[in-house]
Amino acid sequence: MPRTPLRLVRARPEPSFTVTFDDRELAVLPGQTIAAALWSAGVVSWRTTRGSGEPRGVFCGIGVCFDCLLTVNGRPNQRACLVRAEPGDVIRTQEGTGHHE
Amino acid sequence: MSERPRLAVIGAGPAGLVAALAAAARGVSVTLVDAAPEAGGQFYRQPAAGLGARRPSALHHQWRTWERLRDGLAAHVRAGRITHLTEHHVWCVEREAASFAVHALLGPEQEESVAVRADAVLLATGGYEKVLPFPGWTLPGVVTAGGAQAMLKSGLVLPGRTAVVAGTGPLLMPVAVGLAAAGAKVAALVESADPRAFARHARVLAAHPDKLAEGARYAAELARYGVRVHVRHTVVAAHGSDRLEAVTVAALDTDGRVREGSEWRVPCDSLAVGHGMLPHTDLAETLGCRLDGVNVAVDDEQRTDVPGVWAAGEATGIGGAALSLAEGRIAGLSIAARLDSRVPERSSYAVAAKARGGLREFFAVVDKVCTPPDRWVERVGDDTLVCRCEEVPAAAIREAVDELGAGDVRTVKLLTRAGMGWCQGRMCAPAVAGLAGCPPTASRRPFARPVPLGVLAREPDGPASRPDLL
Ligand SMILES: Cc1cc2nc3c(=O)[nH]c(=O)nc-3n(C[C@H](O)[C@H](O)[C@H](O)COP(=O)(O)OP(=O)(O)OC[C@H]3O[C@@H](n4cnc5c(N)ncnc54)[C@H](O)[C@@H]3O)c2cc1C
Ligand code: FES
Repeated sequence: MPRTPLRLVRARPEPSFTVTFDDRELAVLPGQTIAAALWSAGVVSWRTTRGSGEPRGVFCGIGVCFDCLLTVNGRPNQRACLVRAEPGDVIRTQEGTGHHE
Repeated sequence: MSERPRLAVIGAGPAGLVAALAAAARGVSVTLVDAAPEAGGQFYRQPAAGLGARRPSALHHQWRTWERLRDGLAAHVRAGRITHLTEHHVWCVEREAASFAVHALLGPEQEESVAVRADAVLLATGGYEKVLPFPGWTLPGVVTAGGAQAMLKSGLVLPGRTAVVAGTGPLLMPVAVGLAAAGAKVAALVESADPRAFARHARVLAAHPDKLAEGARYAAELARYGVRVHVRHTVVAAHGSDRLEAVTVAALDTDGRVREGSEWRVPCDSLAVGHGMLPHTDLAETLGCRLDGVNVAVDDEQRTDVPGVWAAGEATGIGGAALSLAEGRIAGLSIAARLDSRVPERSSYAVAAKARGGLREFFAVVDKVCTPPDRWVERVGDDTLVCRCEEVPAAAIREAVDELGAGDVRTVKLLTRAGMGWCQGRMCAPAVAGLAGCPPTASRRPFARPVPLGVLAREPDGPASRPDLL
């Protein structure tokens, strides 16, 4: 059997729930941050920068760099690496400041 | 109100935890404040409970120590001796007449602020990783080495299928082992330092057989997972359009130049990179604590020069979990004694002090050997972003220095906006200093976290009314 993080720690996660990311449904394991949920789904970028519109995702992973910002339930500039996903969350890619420009 | 003296510990990593336990066991009423949802800090970061990990120790070293800390914390919390506030992001510690107010934003939204009052404060805030820029370092898929480890330990996720781990320093080996154990293919571990340089410090190394054994253990695990280790090599560029697709690795000569013709391309979808760590010093700076270089300065008892404020762990200098534990223990014992108007007996912390001395000496050597490669600055292309937040390229920094005469990080910042973004310069400060050819200096950030204006406006006697803090 291939190695996976879940197998490594013999995880028996509670049932997953769904959130939407840019209108697409994603399954999330309880307790995961939004960044972890996106990584599990193979998504590594969810923001474009204000200036040149470069894609960004996780960089520091611990809340220091603010590269992982996105919009959660209408609130822009949330750090995906800190915020835990909750059932039904509506998560969106953030463009620029996240406020309409 | 309780008669017992009150201590606020900021940071529930190894240093803060052990200090909280030592002080609580000696009659101090402790409030342990941490931004994370669970105790453990960086080293003992735990998988979220909902993930049901039945063998979390597989992602950890020194698990027994963690069990002692975890169980000790639970017992003190049950007995009412420690209050553990999770998801509290401290943005400012304020000195009041005879006590302190610790202001914390409630996470993860960080819109509400609460204040914890205490007679003494321990800063055990640890550090964060330093990454120097190189072409392509802003591509999605490029993450800090510790960040990859943190995401793995807490969320049980990997940054991709094929990873390269690169940079310099003792964190790279555990990160590569962690990623490989969790199923990533680690295509290469690229360390710029020359391990032969350790030979010049044979006396110090000989005094730390445990550290050598630890290194050997990691090396054996890397071999078991088939990870190729390239020392005196560096990642010169990351490639990809919307996400990382490959990195170019090259050999370094003894002057830190890339050996001509040595470059090769390694396909990968993730790069975990780090060039060492930096201490969190913002809270100490706002309190007016003296810094020693980039570290919070402390005395033999881990006291800062501000009465009532102690600091322990990586906030006072980078040295790993074992050093943080030793410093935390000394701080906890000192605080318990001093709050009881006693002088702590040196014999009570002699063992920890000996460990601290040895580990500091060892990590001074690591720091010398694992410095970023000479001439890294030359490999930063003009169009490489240095400030990730404000998207300031190296060319702008070079112009500020060469043409506009900026001689320090502060002036460069004013001229280019490098360091003015969300992260408040934490990510780019070392690179800006390197490009400007000046030493990194303390940042003088007003707050340790971006604070919503509404919070500042609601604090009538709080820091907002203190113009010196703003
Ligand atoms: C991302 C990362 C991953 C790492 N992974 C490893 C590893 O796998 N193996 C290894 O040997 N070493 C690792 N390290 C090194 C690690 O720093 C030390 O091993 C050790 O954890 C240091 O202990 P400490 O108690 O000094 O600080 P830390 O463990 O860093 O604990 C500090 C705590 O303070 C909290 N904190 C900081 N600022 C605030 C604030 N303003 N408000 C509230 N809380 C705050 C943090 O949330 C954290 O829990 C890592 C470092 C980093 C940055
Ligand atoms: S990845 Fe750095 S703040 Fe989230």
